[in-house]
Amino acid sequence: MMQILLEPFTYQYMVNAMLLTALIGAVCGFLSAFLILRGWALIADALSHATVPGVALAYSLGLPFALGAFVSGALAAAAILFIRQRSVLKEDVVIGITFTSFFAAGLFMLSVSPSAVDIQQILMGNVLAIAPQDSFQMVIISIATLAFLLVFWKELRLVFFDHQHAWIAGINPKFFHIAFFACLSATILAALQAVGALLVIAVVVIPGACAYLCSDKFEQIIKLSVAIGASTSFVGCYVSYFIDGVTGAIIVLLQSSCFVIALLFAPKKGLLASAKQRKKAKLSMDIAAEGV
Amino acid sequence: MNQPRQQPQKQAVQSAVKVRGVSVVYNNGHKAIDNVSFDLYRGTITALVGVNGSGKSSLFKAMMGFVPRVSGSVHIHQLTVKQALRQNMLAYVPQSEEIDWDFPVLVEDVVMMGRYGHMSFLRRPKDADHQAVNEALQRVDMQSFRHRQIGELSGGQRKRVFLARALAQKSRVILLDEPFTGVDVGTEDQIIALLKRLAEDGCVILVSTHNLGSVPQFCDRCVLLNRTVLAEGETEAVFNSENLQKAFGGVLRRFVLSADTLHTDADPRELTVLSDDESPLVLYGEKGSQLLASQQDNQR
Repeated sequence: MMQILLEPFTYQYMVNAMLLTALIGAVCGFLSAFLILRGWALIADALSHATVPGVALAYSLGLPFALGAFVSGALAAAAILFIRQRSVLKEDVVIGITFTSFFAAGLFMLSVSPSAVDIQQILMGNVLAIAPQDSFQMVIISIATLAFLLVFWKELRLVFFDHQHAWIAGINPKFFHIAFFACLSATILAALQAVGALLVIAVVVIPGACAYLCSDKFEQIIKLSVAIGASTSFVGCYVSYFIDGVTGAIIVLLQSSCFVIALLFAPKKGLLASAKQRKKAKLSMDIAAEGV
Repeated sequence: MNQPRQQPQKQAVQSAVKVRGVSVVYNNGHKAIDNVSFDLYRGTITALVGVNGSGKSSLFKAMMGFVPRVSGSVHIHQLTVKQALRQNMLAYVPQSEEIDWDFPVLVEDVVMMGRYGHMSFLRRPKDADHQAVNEALQRVDMQSFRHRQIGELSGGQRKRVFLARALAQKSRVILLDEPFTGVDVGTEDQIIALLKRLAEDGCVILVSTHNLGSVPQFCDRCVLLNRTVLAEGETEAVFNSENLQKAFGGVLRRFVLSADTLHTDADPRELTVLSDDESPLVLYGEKGSQLLASQQDNQR
C-alpha cells in the first residue's frame, strides 16, 4: 500500500511537476490575497481567456508559447480600456464582450488549423507535458513575482487600501497598480500550462477568498492563501497521477472544498458563526423585551 | 483657552500654505475648480465651506498633487507640493466613503501607515515609529481598540483612527475632508478639542465641512467655495448670512425671526437660523450680520 502511495515520488518527472505546480500555486495564492480586495476577479478571468488565440497562433507558428499569450492578453486589455473610455457601456459588459470574443477567436483558430495542437491541452492544461524550457520560464516568473510581493507587500496593501495616503507617503499608486498587473499577467501565463485557460481564474481567486473569510489580519491572510495555493496544487498534482484525471480540475476542486469549509466554519465571517451571532443578538433582544 | 488668541500677530505671520489660481479639469472635461486662491496660516484652523460638488475634495486632491492642476500653484512653507510631500509635511484625513471598511487591516496597521513616509523602503517600523503610533492612539483615546479590524468600529471611532494616522505622521499641515459626517456629538467635541490643540502647537489645519453651526466654534478663518473662492478671511468677517447665501444658494434652510417679532422697541436686529440638516448656524443682528455672542465666546 505504502509503496503505491509513494510511487509518484519515484519518478523524477512527477516530482518536478508536483514542485512546479506547488510553486505556481503559492504565487497565485499570494496574488489572490490582493486581487480579491479590489473587485478585479473578472478582469483576471478576462485576461486568462484572452490569451487563448495568442497561444493557438504561437503553437501553429512554432513561436514561444508565452509570447503569443502575452501579446493577445495585452491586446485584450487594451481593447477593454479603449472601449471603456470611449463608450457609455459599463465595465462588466465591456469585459464580457471582449474576453468571449477573444476566446471564440482562439477556439476557431484551434479547430480550423490543421496543426497537431491539442485544444484540450490549452484549455485544460497539462503539467506533465510542459517542455523543460517552458518550466524554466515558469520558475523564473514565479520567483520574480514572489520576490516582488515579499519586498513590496506593505506598499501594495497601502495602495490597495488608500491610494491617496500612499501618494502622500511617497508611494506612487500608479506604479504599483501597473507592477501588480504585470505580475498577475505573468503568473497567469505561467499557471496556464498547469491548470489551463478555463480554470486559471480559480487559482488566483479562491485561496485569497478562503483566507479572507478566515482572518482579519493581512499577514495571516497572505500566509494562509499561499499555504492553500501551494498545498492544493501539490496534492492535486499528486492525486492526478493515480486517477489519471485532469490536474487543473483536481486542484480547483480541492480549492473549492477549502472554500466551502471556510464559508461554513470560518471563525468570524463563516455562515455558522454569523448565524450564531444573529441568534445571540435575537436572544438578548428577547430578554430585553421580556424585561420590559 | 481663557485668554483670547491674539489676532493681530497672526496677520503679521507669513502664510504657511499659498494656493494661487488653481484649476482642476477632469478627463471627462468637467471643470471641478476654477482659479482658486487662498492662504492658510500657521497655528490656525481654516474651514473650507461649500455645498456638495462645490469642489472641496478636488481642491484637497489638487493641494496634495494627487490630481494634476491645469493652472495655478500650491506652495507649502515655500516648497512645492512634491518637495513638501518628500519632507512629510502633509497629512490627509479622507472622507469615510473613500475607505473600504471591510479591508483586512487592524486599527494599529492603519495608524502605522502614517509612519510609512518616515521609513525606508522595506517599511520596517523602528522604536520611534511604534512610539509615535502609541502616542497617536492615546491622543484619540483608541488604545483599547488597536487590535480591532476597522469595520468593527463605530462612525466616531473610525474617524479617530484616521485622525490618529495623521497625528502619527507628525505633519505640520493637516487636511481633513468632512471629519464630522456620521460622527456623534461627543466625538465631534473631541475632534474639535484635538484640532485646537494641534493649532496651538503651530499646525496648519484645513477642514472641509458643511456643518455650519460648529464652524464659528473652532475655526479661526473661513474659505467659502463654489467652484471658485467666494469669500476668504477671519471667520467673524466672512462667515455671515450674505456670504453663506452666496455659497449655498437654495440648498440651505433659512429661518428668520424678524426684528418686530423679537422686540417691541425699534431695535432693528433680527435672528437668522441657517441649517442644512446638521447643527444650525444662528446669527443675530441687522441682516443676520453677526455671529451669536455665545458662539463667539466659544471660539475664544
